[in-house]
Amino acid sequence: MDKISMGGYGVYVWSCFALAVVVLVICDWRARLRQRRVYRDIEVRIKALGDHE
Amino acid sequence: MWKFLHQLASPPHFYRIAPKFVPWLAVPGLLLVAYGTYAGLFLAPIDYQQKDAFRIIYIHVPSAYLSMMTYMIMAVSAAVGLIWRIKLSHAVAAAAAPLGAWFTFLALATGSIWGRPMWGTWWEWGDPRLTSELIMLFVYFGYMALRAAIDDTTKADKASAVLALVGAVNVPIIHYSVVWWSSLHQGATVAKGAMDTDMLVPLLINIAGFTLVFGALLLRRVRTEVLFRERRTRWVKDLVLSAEGRG
Repeated sequence: MDKISMGGYGVYVWSCFALAVVVLVICDWRARLRQRRVYRDIEVRIKALGDHE
Repeated sequence: MWKFLHQLASPPHFYRIAPKFVPWLAVPGLLLVAYGTYAGLFLAPIDYQQKDAFRIIYIHVPSAYLSMMTYMIMAVSAAVGLIWRIKLSHAVAAAAAPLGAWFTFLALATGSIWGRPMWGTWWEWGDPRLTSELIMLFVYFGYMALRAAIDDTTKADKASAVLALVGAVNVPIIHYSVVWWSSLHQGATVAKGAMDTDMLVPLLINIAGFTLVFGALLLRRVRTEVLFRERRTRWVKDLVLSAEGRG
């Protein structure tokens, strides 16, 4: 319990570590999302060109 | 060596080999961050002045270091792109900017959270370290906004590269602000060797871990940026069609 409260500083310390996890997860998620979007856009474009031809 | 670098600068070659490096950066990086965080939270002794609040440095220092390092990567890549017109360099700069902005935000937020119990305030406008770091966040935003505002990739590369180079002036200002001016922010502690080893080792482990994780994220983002820029080329078309064929 003492390790969680950290002498009254727990809320500050734990919120920083939680924020770091959130930032790393967002960075990873956004990288994956952009990769999927770019790849899908290229697929759609190639398909449209193929249909046109 | 030159042959390797020359090959690496080729977008198709980079796109093919980048995924091979990602797990070698991400897995050790995450393991180091996990252990560094555990050691920082539970093994490092309490600071005699700041008590347990000092443990925030295990997030604050790596993120602040990465915010500046990312900017330097961005500025050097932009310069290389401008001078030698290497396409991959502009892709690296473009991919690094959002990561730099996130780590700058993390450094500012954790610094602010630490400042509340230590300084009695969330923010101090007169402090040169805080203000110069905030300016860096705005430079990152400006860089990304400028890129987004210009449709022509070549023009966007040139304009944003100039902005990245001008903004690089801010990096030494951030670093030396605590030396040049009177600042609430404490001076250099790690470089001076003023930290106890039991506190320092988890910090160095976290800095190494965050750097490796950042490297993995940057590689993935650069790879996507390369794909986007090369979307009209033959090799990308072949890549997508061959993937569809396998699927």
